[in-house]
Amino acid sequence: MARRLAGFLVLLLVVSICEAAFLFQPISDSHRSAALELFTPDHGSFKSLEETYEALRTFQILGIEKKPDLTATACRSISETVGSSSSTAKDLFYALKANSIAECKIDKKASKGIISRLNASVSGASSLLDFYYSVGGLVLIKDQSSEADVHLADAEGVFRSVKAFSQSDGRWRYSSNNPESSAFAAGIALETLAGIVSLASSEIDQSLISTLKNDIIKLFDSIEKYDDGALYFDDKLVDGHEYQGPLSTTSSVLRGLTAFAAVTAENLNLPGDKMLGLAKFFLGICVPGDAKDFFNQIDSLACLESNRVSIPLILSFPSTVLSLTRKDSLKVGVSTVLGSEVPSLTVKLVGAFSSGSKDASLVESQELNFDKASGLYILNGLPKSIDVGSYTFVFEVVLHEPEHEEVYFMGSQTKVPISVTGLIKVENSEIAVLDSDLGSIESQKKLDLAGKNAISLSANHLQKLRLSFQLTTPHGRSFKPHQAFLKLRHESKVEHIFVVGNSGKQFEIVLNFLGLVEKFFYLSGKYDMELTIGDAAMENSLLVAIGHIELDLPEAPEKAPRPPPQPVDPYSRYGPKAEITHIFRAPEKRPPQELSLAFLGLTILPLLGFLIGLLRLGVNLKNFPTKPVPATFAVLFHVGIGAVLLLYVFFWVKLDLFQTLKLLGFLGVFLVFVGHRILSHLAAASAKLKSA
Amino acid sequence: MARTSSSKENAQALFHSLRSAYAATPVNLKIIDLYVGFAAFTALIQVVYMASVGSFPFNSFLSGVLSCVGTAVLAVCLRIQVNKENKEFKDLPPERAFADFVLCNLVLHLVIMNFLG
Repeated sequence: MARRLAGFLVLLLVVSICEAAFLFQPISDSHRSAALELFTPDHGSFKSLEETYEALRTFQILGIEKKPDLTATACRSISETVGSSSSTAKDLFYALKANSIAECKIDKKASKGIISRLNASVSGASSLLDFYYSVGGLVLIKDQSSEADVHLADAEGVFRSVKAFSQSDGRWRYSSNNPESSAFAAGIALETLAGIVSLASSEIDQSLISTLKNDIIKLFDSIEKYDDGALYFDDKLVDGHEYQGPLSTTSSVLRGLTAFAAVTAENLNLPGDKMLGLAKFFLGICVPGDAKDFFNQIDSLACLESNRVSIPLILSFPSTVLSLTRKDSLKVGVSTVLGSEVPSLTVKLVGAFSSGSKDASLVESQELNFDKASGLYILNGLPKSIDVGSYTFVFEVVLHEPEHEEVYFMGSQTKVPISVTGLIKVENSEIAVLDSDLGSIESQKKLDLAGKNAISLSANHLQKLRLSFQLTTPHGRSFKPHQAFLKLRHESKVEHIFVVGNSGKQFEIVLNFLGLVEKFFYLSGKYDMELTIGDAAMENSLLVAIGHIELDLPEAPEKAPRPPPQPVDPYSRYGPKAEITHIFRAPEKRPPQELSLAFLGLTILPLLGFLIGLLRLGVNLKNFPTKPVPATFAVLFHVGIGAVLLLYVFFWVKLDLFQTLKLLGFLGVFLVFVGHRILSHLAAASAKLKSA
Repeated sequence: MARTSSSKENAQALFHSLRSAYAATPVNLKIIDLYVGFAAFTALIQVVYMASVGSFPFNSFLSGVLSCVGTAVLAVCLRIQVNKENKEFKDLPPERAFADFVLCNLVLHLVIMNFLG
């Protein structure tokens, strides 16, 4: 797990180092370390013979030493597959492919068995892939076994059957049933046909091979292009199952092409820039993250490295940023795609153009010197016409031996963006406050933009501020940086930025405060001044605080715009707020207790008056019933009323409404019953009295 | 001068005739009148208290005053129903009227006690 993480980090680092458009690096040690990380077998062996073959081939091309345990496990699975009678042609094919690198011994009996099985497979083949595996297997076993007698009986017939799958646009179908065609299948077919030609016991009809040449040329008509010059093949995404992707498709076609070119004596008439474009495609991938993609890339580059069509050569640059201060020299490397040596040649710098300008070249055509120690071509000393900035350098490569031009291909001219940096001299910097009408200087101070400054100026709205300085390149020319800003920041953090313009070397800005009063929101006070001069090509870009200026601006009129609210410090906005103390409602003022008690007494008075009045009127209880039954009812009646009033007192003091109502219900029923009895008794008594 | 003295005498004569007429009313009606007077006085004292100390808590004041007023009203209703000279309530036995008076008072005082707070 940790190893995988480390490997991933290595890949990330390598990908970040890898150059982007226009610059292609040949294969280097970063690839080798990535390969070791990617091709790690699971428990010592790979999942299939195909993967074993891919790993072995990659290690072989990159020059990584064979691990003995890997070879041993590979040999074991190879002999298993070879010995088993149930292996298909595909298994045998990959076993033999792996064996071509692992070099395990296959005994005579087994190899005889393989040959006969493969021959049978060729005769019974119906689809392109069947032919591919069986013919490919036969080619491999021919190299590996001591049997000399490996050949195809009816080579032309097989050739024609494979050719039958071709289409007019140069693509191939997989079988007669499947109408879909692809360039990937074309690559496979070319490889198969190359194998057939090499296995043929007698010469194959030359016309067949010529038609194949035409097919290849038609196939190359469908090549697609990226802006940086890379060329690749891609199939239309019809069925996701069959779709291989541009990398697999292009490498398949390249394999087929180089295999075919190797077996035929004829010239394929493919222009060299196609091979260079394919080389750019594969190198532009840098380091793939997938094992299969890695194998495809490396295998294709190996095909490009040594093929009979043309071998592309690429220019590589250790650094495209040159510093005038360090007196860097321009270094160029020329190699094949896998980084091998090339025959003797000359690298010429034919021109240098300033980026974005179509003027004539700034340098004369000159040769670069070859440094045997580093293997690089060096331009000693940049010409005086190359100053600080970004340029496009144009190189040309000329091979010394004319016959090499048939074998190798170097593009006509290679354009490379080069950046030149240097120290820019900042001189004659001064700041002044001027009176607006006359332009006379009120106060002027010199600035040292390289060091510390603490200038203190003051101005009112009728004056102007002038800042000026000169920028000169190392070669004494004028220089316009990307950024030349003067920033004024008020105490309340309101900022204003002004661009410093130039005419030639002299940079100057004049701030006329009369016109800027409204822009400054009428804010008077201390303004800090800050100057920024920056550029990608400037090694000493600067951001200096110049000092401060006290500005006296008039009062803001009513309708003046307010300064924009400054961004609040996020910590203060979301920080704790002031604590709130809850103020409860102040209790009402109550009257003094004595007064309340006095009035309580006063309220009792009318009751006493009522009782006294009753006595004066002569109330009596003569009508109270004397017989026991009515008497009890009468008593109970009064008791009931008393109880209800007592209940009300309890209600006020303690009980709630529901309890009261419940009790009142009981009492009420009782009272009604009793009251009815006594009152009807009294009514009957008085009626008797009236009638009597 | 004759007019003022005659009006004073008229007032006195009116007052005396009222007193003698009132003395003729039955005793039970007088008891009821006394009760109404008692309720009115209690209400008056409560209003004076509120005027002096302010109306907080207002619900207590209201319930106090309304209890006096309510009970006075019910007593007046009782008096009307019990008065023998009142032809309208000839057939209503006074005990029945008294029972209504007691019941209504009890309901009134339940509400009052609830509102008293």
